[in-house]
Amino acid sequence: MQQLFFAVLTMIAGVLACALYFFGTNFILDRLLPSKGLSGPQASRNLRLTNAIRPWLFLGPALITLTVYLVYPVIESIRLSFHGRSGIEFVGFRNFIWMFNDGEFRQSIFNNFLWLLVVPALATFFGLIIAALTDRIWWGNIAKTLIFMPMAISFVGASVIWKFIYDYRPEGTEQIGILNALVVYFGGSPEAWVTLPFWNNFFLMVILIWIQTGFAMVILSAALRGIPEETVEAAVIDGANGLQIFFKIMIPQIWGTIAVVWTTITITVLKVFDIVLAMTNGQWQSQVLANLMFDWMFRGGGDFGRGAAIALVIMVLVVPIMVWNIRNANKEMEGH
Amino acid sequence: MIASSRSPLTWVVHLSVALLVILWTLPTAGLLISSLRDKDQLAVSGWWTSLADSTQNLVFRAPGPDTQVEKDGKFVIAGNVLEGGAGEVAAFGSSSLKPGDFEPGQTADLNGGEKLTVQVDGSYEIVSDTAMEGTRGQRIFYQATVPSRFTFDNYREVFAAAGIGASFINSLTVAIPSTIIPILVAAFAAYALAWMKFPGRAILVAVVVGLLVVPLQMSLIPLLKLYNGVGMFLGVPAKTYVGIWLAHMGFGLPLAIYLLRNYMVGLPREIMESARVDGASDFDIFVKIILPLSFPALASFAIFQFLWTWNDLLVAMVFLGAGNEELVLTGRLVNLLGSRGGNWEILTASAFVTIIVPLIVFFSLQRFLVRGLLAGSVK
Repeated sequence: MQQLFFAVLTMIAGVLACALYFFGTNFILDRLLPSKGLSGPQASRNLRLTNAIRPWLFLGPALITLTVYLVYPVIESIRLSFHGRSGIEFVGFRNFIWMFNDGEFRQSIFNNFLWLLVVPALATFFGLIIAALTDRIWWGNIAKTLIFMPMAISFVGASVIWKFIYDYRPEGTEQIGILNALVVYFGGSPEAWVTLPFWNNFFLMVILIWIQTGFAMVILSAALRGIPEETVEAAVIDGANGLQIFFKIMIPQIWGTIAVVWTTITITVLKVFDIVLAMTNGQWQSQVLANLMFDWMFRGGGDFGRGAAIALVIMVLVVPIMVWNIRNANKEMEGH
Repeated sequence: MIASSRSPLTWVVHLSVALLVILWTLPTAGLLISSLRDKDQLAVSGWWTSLADSTQNLVFRAPGPDTQVEKDGKFVIAGNVLEGGAGEVAAFGSSSLKPGDFEPGQTADLNGGEKLTVQVDGSYEIVSDTAMEGTRGQRIFYQATVPSRFTFDNYREVFAAAGIGASFINSLTVAIPSTIIPILVAAFAAYALAWMKFPGRAILVAVVVGLLVVPLQMSLIPLLKLYNGVGMFLGVPAKTYVGIWLAHMGFGLPLAIYLLRNYMVGLPREIMESARVDGASDFDIFVKIILPLSFPALASFAIFQFLWTWNDLLVAMVFLGAGNEELVLTGRLVNLLGSRGGNWEILTASAFVTIIVPLIVFFSLQRFLVRGLLAGSVK
């Protein structure tokens, strides 16, 4: 209770401080350089000055936070990756050489590529299919809400849900995991799914696909609705069937949105950590880069250099998407 | 779209959507149902059988021979194996290997020459011609059909023992300020990037977009070192709530600025120009016009950020610590997974406790979420 009181108090203080900064600085700026009630040249000079200063007052807190929490860490990580355990002595490329000779790292890279291939593709695919189908039925919105629901569930919560589904009991006893129950029902023998090397990756991926499909669906559904009616009508008049309309008329028009969804999910996949930690903790050859890095940094490893080197690999994998994103944003800016 | 909705294949669409919806909701439904089941039933049968009666193998130890009564020249011990509980005896036996050898009402011969009878309602009778000896009672193995039982016991247990209650408050303490403060900061920045003219604006927009994809894991080591340094310098602990709020703000800002800027750019230019002609400063325009108009985008980001901070595990573990006191809900759940991985009654109930808040937030505010997202991603 005391903690709750403290939380509410600090919350109010934080918000007030923030509001005070914005109101205060702008008030001071208007006082120092007034533009009303002054003669022509003086007023216009003050107006020019306030217009030059004000954007930076608006941007200030955001820029400082971004610099401290994202820009500085990127630079520092690059520095750390060339240093030893504690980040003091310079070791050159030794961390990277260790990394590429490390079996677990190669395993993680391989698994990460599997994740990158499978999860964005399937999540986007299911999202697109569901978006297209639900747009045609009267209870589509209810269906969409239910499919979007896993988005609200934490990766850890989702892991518990799926761990329950994959639960394994020895053959002969009653299965309480639905997957094994189905397998037994159809005459198979139960398996401990998450411990099967290689295949367990896919059982973990299912969880992320389950979560991300809702996201893909919402965005793609909006894009599908944005398609001009005329193009579809013209195709109908020309005698195209439903499938042709979908693949030849609609898909090409929402290609840009599909790419956005795909890359967004790709980034999520690269950061995936909680699911692996909660389901297998990297055992049974299911390790991924993010979890491996966490191991080296905080759990047992305690090696900042190696951790940073692994982080850098994740960063390098993201760079192409980053460049593509920036180029898209610039194109938009030109139009604006 | 028009053509296919009239086609005879409509029912295929209905059917496949229904199938997909079932596939997507089944896992969560299973968790919810399981968390409400009796823990003994949960451990032995799947949740999909929860409405049917379940059969359990049970053992009952009859009272010792000192309770025997002599009746018609025979020695009898009688009682009820179900001890007044609900259910029926489906079968019984005299050894643990064969708990289902005899139908209720039949008579089993025991090793010592006694005869054992168990009825459907659970009443049993051990009859012997000679006085029974020894101190330990006879064990009766039986299979009982127990009607399904739903209870809140699991939740009671979770809140009482597992530390979930404290973690729940921790999670709220982390999530609420981490949601509100970034909104203010991001809204001002987004307005500047959308409507104010200053040198370097295009570069800043590009930087924000670029930072969108920086993996958060990169930031952990440098920031932890920074926090330790600042903590040492100021003489305060390195792991504080303020620290984690700022961290969440830093990691959430790129998306916030990006979403809000995209939304604000789409607002009609005429409103702002006419306000400016009337002598309003940028600050007035922002507070009085832009902020109210951007409500959908603000709300959608708020939902996003709340879900993200509530569901986050990594940032909380690094910046708040993994100790018992400061553990957030997701961290608690991971610990439970490790320590009580077999106790499904604890796991399912605590998992549901962790997802109930985001689900409520999501279902009550989802229309804003979708509207704000669209402003950000569909052009």
